[in-house]
Amino acid sequence: MTTTTLPIDESRLARIALVGPPNCGKTTLFNTLTGSRQKTGNYPGVTVERKSGRLRTPVGHTVELLDLPGSYSLRARSPDEAITRDVVLGRQAQEASPDVVVCVTDATNLGQHLRLLLELRQLDRPLILALNMMDIAQKRGCQISIDALSRQLGIPVVTTVAMRKHGVQDLLNQIDRLLQQRPVADGATAMDAWEEPSPDAIRAYHREVERVLQEAVIQEGAPERLTRQIDSVLLHPVAGPLILLSLLFLMFQAVFSWAEAPMDAIDAVMVGLQQWLSAHMADSLLKSLIVDGIIAGVGGVIIFLPQILILFLFILLLEDSGYMTRAAFLMDRLMSGVGLNGRAFIPLLSSFACAIPGIMAARTIAHPLDRLTTILIAPLMTCSARLPVYVLVIAAFVPNTTVWGGIGLQGLVMFGLYATGIIGALVVAGVLRLTVLRGARQPLLMELPSYKWPNPANVLLGLLERARIFMRRIGTIILWVMIVLWCLATFPSAPAGATEPAINYSFAGMIGHALAPLLAPIGFNWQIAIALVPGLAAREVAVAALGMVYALSGNEEAVTEALSVALAQDWTLATALALLAWYVFAPQCLATLAATRRETNSWRWPVFMFVYLIVLAYLAAFITYRVALALGGG
Amino acid sequence: MNRLSEQERRVFEAGCAIGLGFTQPLSLMRCGGVGRILAVQASDGNQEVERGLLEMGFVEGARVEVLHHGFLGRDPLAVRINQTMTVALRRCEANAVLVGPLRDAALESVPVMTLEYASS
Ligand SMILES: Nc1nc2c(ncn2[C@@H]2O[C@H](COP(=O)(O)OP(=O)(O)OP(=O)(O)O)[C@@H](O)[C@H]2O)c(=O)[nH]1
Ligand SMILES: [Mg+2]
Repeated sequence: MTTTTLPIDESRLARIALVGPPNCGKTTLFNTLTGSRQKTGNYPGVTVERKSGRLRTPVGHTVELLDLPGSYSLRARSPDEAITRDVVLGRQAQEASPDVVVCVTDATNLGQHLRLLLELRQLDRPLILALNMMDIAQKRGCQISIDALSRQLGIPVVTTVAMRKHGVQDLLNQIDRLLQQRPVADGATAMDAWEEPSPDAIRAYHREVERVLQEAVIQEGAPERLTRQIDSVLLHPVAGPLILLSLLFLMFQAVFSWAEAPMDAIDAVMVGLQQWLSAHMADSLLKSLIVDGIIAGVGGVIIFLPQILILFLFILLLEDSGYMTRAAFLMDRLMSGVGLNGRAFIPLLSSFACAIPGIMAARTIAHPLDRLTTILIAPLMTCSARLPVYVLVIAAFVPNTTVWGGIGLQGLVMFGLYATGIIGALVVAGVLRLTVLRGARQPLLMELPSYKWPNPANVLLGLLERARIFMRRIGTIILWVMIVLWCLATFPSAPAGATEPAINYSFAGMIGHALAPLLAPIGFNWQIAIALVPGLAAREVAVAALGMVYALSGNEEAVTEALSVALAQDWTLATALALLAWYVFAPQCLATLAATRRETNSWRWPVFMFVYLIVLAYLAAFITYRVALALGGG
Repeated sequence: MNRLSEQERRVFEAGCAIGLGFTQPLSLMRCGGVGRILAVQASDGNQEVERGLLEMGFVEGARVEVLHHGFLGRDPLAVRINQTMTVALRRCEANAVLVGPLRDAALESVPVMTLEYASS
């Protein structure tokens, strides 16, 4: 091995990989170092992909930093851990192993976390140990001799507090130092020599860690008491599940009651804009496009921003505090009843935000059948894109009153819809595990991290990010779909002497009328039929499309009144309920199907998913419609 | 810090010899029960379960304490290992972990490592 200076060559930047056990703060460190905004959270398995970013070291090298999924050992048990293993070992196609490996560990749990470092040390790569979460370790009175640790392990050791810049300066200096004396890469052969540790090899690692810590730990920190006390309530066999249920319940109540004021404000702005434009623009196609197509459609979706942000606020707080794993713990027994792992509840909870990250998060599930089942039921969890549809229909048909002393009826119905989704998911999982995906029960082994106060800046940034994504969706996909739909709904124009609104004679009207017989048994009219088709691109589009269809087919006054009022006049209660039931199950999202295709690597499962969901949706809507009619909801 | 002391081993062996039943699988321990792991081995010799447990910190000599359990069938368990890490697992896997007594309950309420340092 000879040493050379680093060639600063754009085509071959030095690559630094952050490797470590789950939840030790790799992504937080990555964000601080590169200024990115990757998702962090206080539960194992937040990162499930390889992410890369760039940074300049103090000496002035530009290097590429890799953030990887957490793993307790290189012996990957699940697909996300396999990514880490392959990157570290250089098994990734057209990518050699990283030039420097930074092993990030949680300083409060070195006894468990140093084992991975010992495994990494065998690979003979330049290695740095970062003791992260030093602030917590110090608060607990833990003292570690960095020199002794470094001597015992034979590698540089730095301490960091991932959120603070000055804590990581040392780390950058060490990276620079290692890059200077970088051996000419010859690691490939050493890597191939790596093999899975046997149980006895793992025991040997345990003993070695114990020996190293005997030398290096000056003062053991006091054990964490607060988490234990909180858990004795939150994980209490009886109180725990009740608290989980009330939390979810509170979430949906809040989505309705807190959002009222901001929604009304946005609505007032939209209506004002519409009226002003109606009054000041000459009648023309352009006016129709702007007033009926864009404002009635796109504006109808924007007003749901407050509700989506409230939902995300709850999800972010759950993720950052450490409650996610507790929810999984409480749900495990129920999940194992349908052949799933409690762990699967975490991806499913993420699916409340959007099914796609939920489907990706299923990578943390070790067993292929468990994972596939979780992917297949993820779309049944009510994602935030369904929120506008639910809210619109509920606002139009469920009176805004309270029952049982102060519980909002609308929030209650919303909770019911979410619960239907969850129960439906569990039933489907049970059926799948008994039929197509039969297999043995899989073990549950999950770390329960200590509770942490959610970081306000982190939560705020997370919310801003969601708001940005939502607005971008509106500005791109929803806007374009609406413009196309407006064209379809406007041309060809009505023949002379027509009595019906012009939309009846347009392409969209024809499509709607053609689909109507198919949807009549479940109580949908042609307007809904028009909205369902573009709703495949993005669920919210259905709301926008309904807004436009009713704006185009109404008279002048109807245009400026709220869509929910128009719906309340036009639909029967049975139709509204059937639409809700449809939306609980319907595979109204192409992106989800594409993600399933990516994650399962075959067309078979997305097709299967589409078919089973659409059959379920039709059945559910049909039964709801018929029952509601029979009970007098016509 | 985690190794079985000679005294512990003698107590354990004596207990076994006269059938006192000092040992039990982790799955049978009650909430609040504390002990030291004597062996980790799946009854059917399943290496995957054994390695999984070892990697989560269930290793011979580690101190375990059962903190919480679920409602139905008192499953799953939340177990604290060596006072630093809490792990959730099902009783089914916990069967593979055999737990024996601690040396002395009063002494053990003090963090294990501090004890070692005091004596060394
Ligand atoms: N107090 C404190 N908290 C930290 C520190 N570093 C990270 N955290 C918190 O620890 C939690 C986990 O951080 P992440 O960066 O998501 O951990 P990760 O290693 O990327 O986790 P995975 O992606 O699941 O492997 C988050 O809630 C962070 O806010 C630190 O140095 N001090
Ligand atoms: Mg991460």
